[in-house]
Parts: sequence; C-alpha cells; structure tokens
Amino acid sequence: MSAVIAIAVADIRKAYGKRAILTGVSFEVQRGELFALLGPNGAGKTTTVEILEGYRKADAGAVSVLGLDPVRDGAKLRPRIGLMLQEGGIDNRTTPREVLRLYSRFYRDPEDAEALLTAVDLGAAANTRYRRLSGGEKQRLSLALALLGRPELLMLDEPTAGMDPAAKQATRERIAALRAAGTTILLTTHELGDVELLADRVAVLDRGRVVAYGTPAELTGAGAPRVRFRLSARLADAELGALAGAVGGAGARVAVAGAGAAYEMTGLTAAPDPALVSSLAGWCAERGLLLTELRLGARSLEERYLELVGADVAADVAADLGAEAEGAA
Amino acid sequence: MSTPRTLGAGTPAKPASWLAMTWALTLNELRVAVRRGENLLVTFVIPAGVLLVFSAFDMTGGTASGKPVERMLPGSIALAVIAAAMVSLAIATAFDRSYGVIKRLGGSPAGTSALVASKTVGVIVIEVVQALLLVGLATALGWTAGPGASLPLVVAGLLLGTVAFAGLGLLMAGTLRAEAVLALANLLFLLSLVLGGIVMPLDKLPGAVATVASGLPPAELGRVLAIGLGGGGDATEPLIILAGWAIVLGGLAARKFRWD
Repeated sequence: MSAVIAIAVADIRKAYGKRAILTGVSFEVQRGELFALLGPNGAGKTTTVEILEGYRKADAGAVSVLGLDPVRDGAKLRPRIGLMLQEGGIDNRTTPREVLRLYSRFYRDPEDAEALLTAVDLGAAANTRYRRLSGGEKQRLSLALALLGRPELLMLDEPTAGMDPAAKQATRERIAALRAAGTTILLTTHELGDVELLADRVAVLDRGRVVAYGTPAELTGAGAPRVRFRLSARLADAELGALAGAVGGAGARVAVAGAGAAYEMTGLTAAPDPALVSSLAGWCAERGLLLTELRLGARSLEERYLELVGADVAADVAADLGAEAEGAA
Repeated sequence: MSTPRTLGAGTPAKPASWLAMTWALTLNELRVAVRRGENLLVTFVIPAGVLLVFSAFDMTGGTASGKPVERMLPGSIALAVIAAAMVSLAIATAFDRSYGVIKRLGGSPAGTSALVASKTVGVIVIEVVQALLLVGLATALGWTAGPGASLPLVVAGLLLGTVAFAGLGLLMAGTLRAEAVLALANLLFLLSLVLGGIVMPLDKLPGAVATVASGLPPAELGRVLAIGLGGGGDATEPLIILAGWAIVLGGLAARKFRWD
C-alpha cells in the first residue's frame, strides 16, 4: 500500500446503456491533501465519487482507495472513510441525535456524538425529526455522520449546498481544520472561491473527461504578466495611458475590464512583483483613489473554469442557484 | 502551544463487530416500527381484531364443526405473518430506499449485509410478539391445542411463510416507487383476508376463484398452521407448495432488488 497516494484513478470509463458518463478519467489524490473535483452538472463528478465509494463499478480502468479496491474490499475500506452524500439518506422520522447514536454504534471507539452535534451547531435541533430540518441542518448532520469514525479519508459531495452564508463559513473552517489535522479530503463543489482558498489540487471534469488538473495556482496561471484591479472611482480615458506608463513601463496597456471602475493591465514584461504593486498603490494614492480590489496573474479560478467547461455552464449555474434557493427555503 | 483537538480527525475509530452493528440496526428498525401508528394497526390490531370479532360471530353459517376460535387462530396468525413480513417490511424498506437510507447505510461500516440481517431479525421479533399475543387471546377465548398439534410444523410454516411474504414484500420494495408499494402492499393485505380463507372458508368463494386462491401463499400458510395447531390432516402438500412459493418469491427478490 502506498504511503503517499490516497486515491489512484486510472483511465476509468462508465456508461449507462449507450450514454457514456466517464470516458477515461485519471487522477491521483495524495495523502493529507485536499483535492477538489470540479465540473458542471452532468460532467461525471458524482459518478466518479460513487465509484470511489464502491457504490458503482467502473466498466474499465483501475481504482484504488487507501490501497484497496472499493468494491471487493468494501468491508475493510468503509470504516476508514467518511462519506457525505448529496441526498439525505436518513429516515424522515428519526432525529439527528438518534441517527448519530445509531451510526456511532458502528465503531468501537467513535467520536462523541453529543460533541459532534454541538460542533456542527445542531444542539438545538438534536431532537427535531429529520423531515423538519432545514437544508443546511441536513447537510451539517451529514457532515457530523461522516466524522464519527475519525476517517482517514473524507469524501464530501457538495458539502455546503443549501447552507446559509454563516453555516458555509463554519463548514469551510471545519474542512480546513480537518485538512490541517492530516485528514485526506476529496471534495466536489461549485463554490470555486472555496476551492481557490482551500484546495491543494484540483481536477476539472467536463463531459466525462479531465480537462484540467493541477494546483489552483497552476490552473489560474498565477504569475502571468497581468494585473486586474478595481478603483473607488473611474479613470478618465487619458489617465489610462499615464497609469500604464508610470506603473507598467514601456509596452504596458491599461484597459477597462468589465462594469464599474474595473481595469486590466497587460503587456507587462514579467510577472507582477512587489515593486509593481507598491507603485500602483502609490499612483492611486497621489490621486486620492482607493484600490478596492487587486488580482495578480491571469484570472480567477472561476474565470478559468468557465473557459474550460464552456458556455453551457451558465445555465447550470442558474439552475444550481435556483436549487439552492429552494433548499434554503 | 497546545491547540484543541479537531473533532473528526486523529486515530481512526475501529469498526464494531458485525453482530453489534446488526443489533444496533435491529433496535433502530423496531423503534421506527413502533413509531409508525399505521404499522401497529396492520401488524397487531387487525390480526387481533379479526381473531376476536370472528371468534364471536360464526361466519360459516353453522357448517363448520368445533369452536369458532379454533378455526380463527391459524388464519389470524397467517394474517399477522403477512402483515409483518410483507406489508410492514415492504413499506418500511420502500421508504428507506426512496430516502436513500439503504444507500447511506451501505456506505457505512455496517454495509448492506448487516442491514438485511437486522430487517430479518426485526421481522422475527415482531412475529414472536404477534404469536404470543394471538395465542394468548385465543387461550382466553377457550382455545386449546388439538391432539395432533406440532410445534415444529408451526415453526416450519412460519419460517417458509415469512420467506415467501418477505420475498414478495422486498420484490415490491426493491423495484417500485414507495407510494406504489404502500398502495399495493395494503391491497394485497386486504385480498389475503378474503383469498386466504382467513375470515371465511374458501369454499364460500366461486369455484374457480377458490381453486386459484387455495394454491396461493396465504391459504397454504393457513392450512399448514391449522394442521400444526392440531386441526388434523396431512401437511405435506401445503408445506411443499409453501416452500415452492418461498423459493420463487425469495429468489425473485434477491435477483430484482435495486438498492437505489
């Protein structure tokens, strides 16, 4: 068993009838890292995760999770992994406390159920029937269930879907703490901002293939000769050239980038360095302008993601927002 | 500097034994079963009610011999088995399946084998309570075991009947929508009352219907139990037919059941 690789996926394929879902997916997750699997709805994320969890068998290719075959060695593997599935999976008539107590009896020395209830902020809802919990409460219960066995590997399928902003923040911090404590985490999500902050490495799936694979910095092209910024007020057209020359040097250009006072500086000869940032801030200060946003390098993960997976994503995002609004209601 | 331990991280917990997991799930099954009022009605109140009411009123038109309670006890036990092994199991499992409970447990250390075992033990526990309740009520009404009564035959009938009806229940639960299972299981329960010779003898039904009904699991289970409780007769034929149903229905359920 490898001491370094937690999950190895080599060229897996899966079709339901004639519909190909995965057409050759490969990636590796190292022990102790937080790995994010991204992609539009229908890209094959959940199918991939379900193959790793042993719920489905790939038609072809090889899968190894903690050195084991998820289907053949399921009984050995299941105690070592914590799952957070997308759908509930919990009887409507039972309460969070009952479910946590039931699942805690699957381990000899589980995490304390009451402590977990408090930790995921379900203390007040501990005796509420599952049916009456909000979408976010259901998600938090699912996370607590995944943590009962102090798993070596956590697989989280859209963990913050349906949560309000405060719960999302708390969950994000909890995931970061688990990662810091050494738990290997595989995450699928649409929250690209979270991924940029939390993930060690990322794979982007589109139509059953991996279309990008690497660290968030590699994917976004951090270090590219580009600066994006937003100011507290718009610049006059004549000032754009002056700013480019003063800050970026010869060959640099500044152009309006999007609505409001958002700009992009290109034509730099090297990656942005501290001196450039200081000089930009100084130029603004002399004119009484505040630098309200600054991004060095090519683009945000979200922009890069949209480039990768194409325009059909816009509709998905809208659908997701609708679903989240429903879940929160 | 010491930092508070992160909940959920650290040395992985060891899995409990398969038996401990099965027992935890069995207690959970029973707790949920007790919480479902309509389930208690079908599994306990209706079989007991059938026994009490039809033991008080002779529905045979005076053609049958012996005390009414002696005719009613085997049928009410058969009805109890149908309620526990088919109706209750099918509905609970169908909703577990539609809520994703089976999938979720399948990914836990318990796995599906402990879940199947716990459902089996749950049905047996309910049947034992039903049998004690019904035999107790019948005894209070003056029932005594007949001269040819055979406990092994009764147990064999209960086991084969349980496999046959649980097979039918799981076949429905594993292939149909939960709402369809709810409707169909209750419909089959009502049909069993009539076609199982439970509230009235089969020979009161039209000839062709009676012929078909007499070969179906409810009637065969009733016959085995009637002979086992001392009603007299040869149990070989109904036992063989009931075993055939158990193999067919149990096998179909095992082949066709979908977890999600």
